[in-house]
Amino acid sequence: MGFTDVTLRLLGGFETTCMIFVLTLLLALPAGLLISFGSMSSFAPLRVFVKTLVWIIRGVPLMLQIFIVFYVPGFIYGSPVFARFTAVIIAFAINYACYFSEIYRGGIESIAKGQYEAGQVLGLTKSQVFFKVILLQVIKRIIPPMANEIITLVKDTALARVIMVVEIIKVAEEMMSSHAIIWPLFYTGAFYLLFVGALTLLFGVAEKKLSYFKV
Amino acid sequence: MSILEVNNLAKRFGQTEVLKHISFSLEEGECLSIIGSSGSGKTTLLRCLNFLERADAGQIAVRDETLFDAKAPGAGIDSRDKRLHFGLVFQSFNLFPQYTALANVTLANCLLAKKRPDYKKHKKEILAKITENGKQLLDQVGLLSKMDLYPHQLSGGQQQRVAIARALAMKPDILCFDEPTSALDPELTGEVLKVIRSLADKKTTMVIVTHEMQFARDVSDKVLFMDEGLVVEYGTPAEVFEHPTNERTKQFLERYMAG
Repeated sequence: MGFTDVTLRLLGGFETTCMIFVLTLLLALPAGLLISFGSMSSFAPLRVFVKTLVWIIRGVPLMLQIFIVFYVPGFIYGSPVFARFTAVIIAFAINYACYFSEIYRGGIESIAKGQYEAGQVLGLTKSQVFFKVILLQVIKRIIPPMANEIITLVKDTALARVIMVVEIIKVAEEMMSSHAIIWPLFYTGAFYLLFVGALTLLFGVAEKKLSYFKV
Repeated sequence: MSILEVNNLAKRFGQTEVLKHISFSLEEGECLSIIGSSGSGKTTLLRCLNFLERADAGQIAVRDETLFDAKAPGAGIDSRDKRLHFGLVFQSFNLFPQYTALANVTLANCLLAKKRPDYKKHKKEILAKITENGKQLLDQVGLLSKMDLYPHQLSGGQQQRVAIARALAMKPDILCFDEPTSALDPELTGEVLKVIRSLADKKTTMVIVTHEMQFARDVSDKVLFMDEGLVVEYGTPAEVFEHPTNERTKQFLERYMAG
């Protein structure tokens, strides 16, 4: 197999990698916010439930969670409930939402109480205080840890291959067994590197965009 | 008719009684200074008035309308309309960092305007009017030229003046100040006190918690001395500063005047 053939085939797998990445972000970014609200709730049962959930999700390997989402409903209902790709997205979304929620919580709790109080005495509603005053300050604060987590997600997508979802490394592995070549496996690293490079630039731009104010 | 009636207000944090049945009233256009040592309950009183703390007992009435009654079932403090009777200027300014000086002043009114029934139809005019009003207020505190700057680009004194304009924008019946100059360098307190003085000249009803004794004496119509959660002395500046009746007041003032 020539370089072009390999590149094209790897690109096919990389598309799946990107799909897992994008869909996970789309689901986990807002879900994480809900979870963080739960973990800060003054309603103790909800708080305990959410904190337990976060403990379990962060305490068990993501690989195991993918297996659980894909196989366990099958045991219960007799036949697989989720398609392989769907199972991967569900496992990733829940896992990353939990990690994001803790970053959000840290960001939200780091905002001075005075900001909430200033909003309150001006007659803003609770949601106005959050969305018009607090949120942007939180976003500015959490960009570096979020960038870390999101970059980790790029590489975690490789775990999808444990239930035969054909992302880029799986494609390289298939080439290894069918054509007895190993270099495409190492070549996949370049795809990740480029992708993470682009993300890093993007986060740099976001940080710069928000540099017009200080928190 | 008094504009503000505070009746038997009490507040405790755990075992500590911070306010022990505070009562006083204020006439429209009057400026009241609350003085006393740290921990005497001054700030807590102000925070109860602004519904940032919920008092455990007592009533608060503005223009004969009871805004808060601890005994009333579900004496909530979430009502926006109730809050807007009071304005509060914080010790630490608490400007919103991501908004310009002007936007800090206009934000709350812009959000409030959305509830007006004619908002959709006259959005442009309404927002233009709010902006115009915001500029006037910044002009009033001498900061019109800084309206497009962000809080971190302003000095502490300038930030506090923006905060005063922001509080004025809601047209509160009573404007409260919580040690408005305590977080400022001594050379910056003057500009803020000047603005507060000009408000007093315009007969703005104000309640000021302060450690600036000279200022309290010059500007206020009434002075309230608090100690350990109690109103120890209440009267005109001349009465409180020159003829204090209580031993605690005398001690406090002597220490301050000597310092």
